[in-house]
Amino acid sequence: MADATMAPAPASGSGEVSPQRFALILVGIGAALTVFQYLGLLPAALHRLPESMIPPFAPMLDVAFNFVKDDLGLLTFTRWLTGGLEAVLDATANLLFGKRRWPNIGPIPWTAIAGVATVIGYYLGGWRMALLAAFTFTWTALVGQWKIAMETMSVLVVAAPLAFIIGLSLGILAWKSRAFNAAIKPVLSVLQTLPFFTYLLPAVIFFKVGPTAGAVATTIYAIPPMILMTTLGLQKVSPEVVEAGKMSGCTKFQLLRNVYLPAARTEILVGVNQVIMLCLAMVVLTAFIGMPGLGAKLLAMMGSFKLGRSFEIGVTIVLLAVTLDRMSKAWVVMQPRHFERGTPWWKRHIILLTAIGVFVFFCIVAQFIDVANTIGRRQSLSMGKEIDTAIKAFLSIDVVKATTGFLRAFLNVQVLIPFRNFMLSIPTPALILFVTAFALSLAGKRQAVYAALFFSLVALSGWWDRSVITLYSVISAVALAMLIGLPLGIIAARSEKWSHRVLLACDTAQTFPSFVYLIPAIMLFGITDIAVIFSILIFAMVPLTRYTIEGLRAVPAEMTEAADMAGASRWQKLVNVQLPLALPTMAVGFNQAIMFAFFMVIIAAFIGTQDLGQELQRTLAGTDLGKNFVLGICVSLMALTFDLTILKWSSDRKRKLGLGD
Amino acid sequence: MTSDAPVIAARNVWKLFGADPKKYLRKMPSGHSYDAIQADGYIAGVKDVSIDVARGEMLVIMGLSGSGKSTLVRCFSRLHDITGGTIEVDGQDIGKLRERDLIDLRRNKMGMVFQSFGLLPHRTVLENVAFPLEMRGQDKHTRRERALEVVRLVGLEGREDYFPRELSGGQQQRVGIARSLAIEPDIWFLDEPFSALDPLIRREMQDEFLRLQAMLGKSIVFITHDFDEALRLADRIAIMKDGAVEQCDTPDRIVLNPATEYVRKFTEDIDKARVVRAGGLIRDGLAGDGTPVEATATVRDMARMLVSDTRETIPVTRDGAMIGALSRNDALSILVGTD
Repeated sequence: MADATMAPAPASGSGEVSPQRFALILVGIGAALTVFQYLGLLPAALHRLPESMIPPFAPMLDVAFNFVKDDLGLLTFTRWLTGGLEAVLDATANLLFGKRRWPNIGPIPWTAIAGVATVIGYYLGGWRMALLAAFTFTWTALVGQWKIAMETMSVLVVAAPLAFIIGLSLGILAWKSRAFNAAIKPVLSVLQTLPFFTYLLPAVIFFKVGPTAGAVATTIYAIPPMILMTTLGLQKVSPEVVEAGKMSGCTKFQLLRNVYLPAARTEILVGVNQVIMLCLAMVVLTAFIGMPGLGAKLLAMMGSFKLGRSFEIGVTIVLLAVTLDRMSKAWVVMQPRHFERGTPWWKRHIILLTAIGVFVFFCIVAQFIDVANTIGRRQSLSMGKEIDTAIKAFLSIDVVKATTGFLRAFLNVQVLIPFRNFMLSIPTPALILFVTAFALSLAGKRQAVYAALFFSLVALSGWWDRSVITLYSVISAVALAMLIGLPLGIIAARSEKWSHRVLLACDTAQTFPSFVYLIPAIMLFGITDIAVIFSILIFAMVPLTRYTIEGLRAVPAEMTEAADMAGASRWQKLVNVQLPLALPTMAVGFNQAIMFAFFMVIIAAFIGTQDLGQELQRTLAGTDLGKNFVLGICVSLMALTFDLTILKWSSDRKRKLGLGD
Repeated sequence: MTSDAPVIAARNVWKLFGADPKKYLRKMPSGHSYDAIQADGYIAGVKDVSIDVARGEMLVIMGLSGSGKSTLVRCFSRLHDITGGTIEVDGQDIGKLRERDLIDLRRNKMGMVFQSFGLLPHRTVLENVAFPLEMRGQDKHTRRERALEVVRLVGLEGREDYFPRELSGGQQQRVGIARSLAIEPDIWFLDEPFSALDPLIRREMQDEFLRLQAMLGKSIVFITHDFDEALRLADRIAIMKDGAVEQCDTPDRIVLNPATEYVRKFTEDIDKARVVRAGGLIRDGLAGDGTPVEATATVRDMARMLVSDTRETIPVTRDGAMIGALSRNDALSILVGTD
């Protein structure tokens, strides 16, 4: 009997095999295949799928695209849409940075915009927010980046409201119609894992290069979370409030307009916050398709290794991100407040009046004082050169140089390259088996089937080696991030004060557009493989640390107290009580880290990698839609495998521990 | 009381929750118990209930949580569509109403107060109260006038511009009450309106509610799980268990003659002397002389007289007219708690 179950023959009549044991069997087969490969006994066809067996996905997709594009007339339609969008974008461009288009009254003086932003900041979050807004806009103007920042903003102010409206409508639809919701769910999860390059190319093809394509890609990218938050908010409206609405005699539309939407205000505004942040992150990245603005400038500066200017642009982007994030979050928590009886009209609208006043005042001032209108290149206080010199001087200090040099050499030679070669040496079927086993043991049959299916598709795509390199970058960066992020989180979670501080830092770091993370990586390690890993590492560390702290802090006090009373040492308490209970939450962080890593590894292609990202970036130059999609889907499939598996494990585990979801 | 026809007449009302309740109900053998239904995968929210609400009456529905009282009241207003039976409001079968007419019915005849208030967080007190009027399409001026009037009625003057979040629980429920009264409904549903409030405020709100009712004289369906509250307010009490009405009667008859074992257990700890009134103790064939007692007096009210008096039987009057007599012994045994 024992012999029968030990034998790795899946067809044997061993009856019910536990998933863990089955996973073990899969790993065994995979390992055996790998060993055969090393011994040179494995037929080449089992190591890598022969070229001839790869279905022509890309040309097939191309044919389909062309059919939709030309024969069904989608292109005509989108080009027609482009016209409308272009007009709006031209108008905002004129107002914000004086592009010569209708209505030809711009640019609005920077002081006026900064002034109004300050007043809005005060309205939303008091003096501190006002100060933040004022500082951000003044800084942007003073370092001479006003024009490029406004180029970015001119797209943002169109894309964000558009994403909001579309997301809100689709969210309402998904909430109303079960069928639509079921249809849209998988699309949303694919969209959220799809690398951004895959958004960019269709946008270019269908909507012309430049701001229009940028706006479209940005809008589409920001829609999914808005849909999710809208649906969530509407579902959460208290049934009593709805019943009160019905008993007040609301028609269906009145109910939606007067009861549901206002009552879901918080979630909808959280959606708005996410829309704004995603738009900012994406609009910076649209530099890759030639959208002028902060992103393009940053790309150019990094490309020519001008670290000082890159740094300054990075600071501007970060400041803008933090300001927009804090302001929209303040809006989320802002509650209506009543005025005392008999408050005069002007007092009730004091903020609006001040904003108008400030705006008009600065517009007039700018007519007479040039500096208040625009700050030219010569007048700016940019310290690009100086910072550049300083950074380069710092990097050439012996100790620093030795450290980065050592890290680079050590990681490369001892860790990364051997690991990469090992990953590449595993035969394709063996790796698929490993991943399937991983999904099976953690999550279950269903996830295992998905894992097998998804990775097989990746193998069939014909981009296996590049996919494996992508995977290698992700895994090694996340592993390194765990080495730093987890201890950091554990230590910080020990005190209330430090938890708070580190969480705040994580919060802030998470608002930074991903592009910015490349700056320190390039600064420290130049344009190398290590810089790629490093940028992913810091990007992925944020959720790891954050969820470690949150998981540990959420362990119920009675349990740690019980451990204390049982005489556990600090270490025993951590290992036996806190970590096991925090693990499901930490897994969510781990999952996010992997998702972030998949996202970042594609951006890092810019530094020069040999993975899918680089190929993707190449497709942007042409009109290779089919290939672009195949590559994008490869990334998406790999990411989804992890996403499905880890999240399932986490929620299973939470239920088992009775922690609730 | 203009007519004898009930305001709400429910006949054999069923409300089942589950996959396909209508089909299940059609095939279900009669006399299926709550547990048997549950074993089939359905929950009997309301189980074969027939009950009337008379015009101007205050019917209190009481029961433990999950007994179906909230479900029943939501069937009366068709917030829930019933699975079987009929409910008539003013002689109109509400199950057959079209959407438009149902909305009209709610806009003109019904008001409801909720346990957790159900206020719209983004609207001020005044806007909340005016909400049903706004839905009805009344102009801003009329709306404001009427809302102010009701706000004054519930004693929230001076807080018209506050937002719900800025009010205490008791004040929020006053807003809820004001809102339900804004359209001058004939039928007033109150779903555990005071349960979320702390005991002192609850008492105060009950007094306030009695004051309003004395003034307005609506037909009321009031839900509570608090027996003391039920006794304080009710003309009649319906006691529910597992979706079914166990007994529906006046408070003193429920206390004196519990219909089922469940009701008896429920009323066990009640101080009967506070509930039973002289009118409920009248026995046929008795007559007495001397100073009569008023039919509405509770045994507790008569305690001193009962102990010091020596008569065997005491005459009872209502509105000055003699309506019968009670046995002093009966009353005394209620007073001292021996049955």
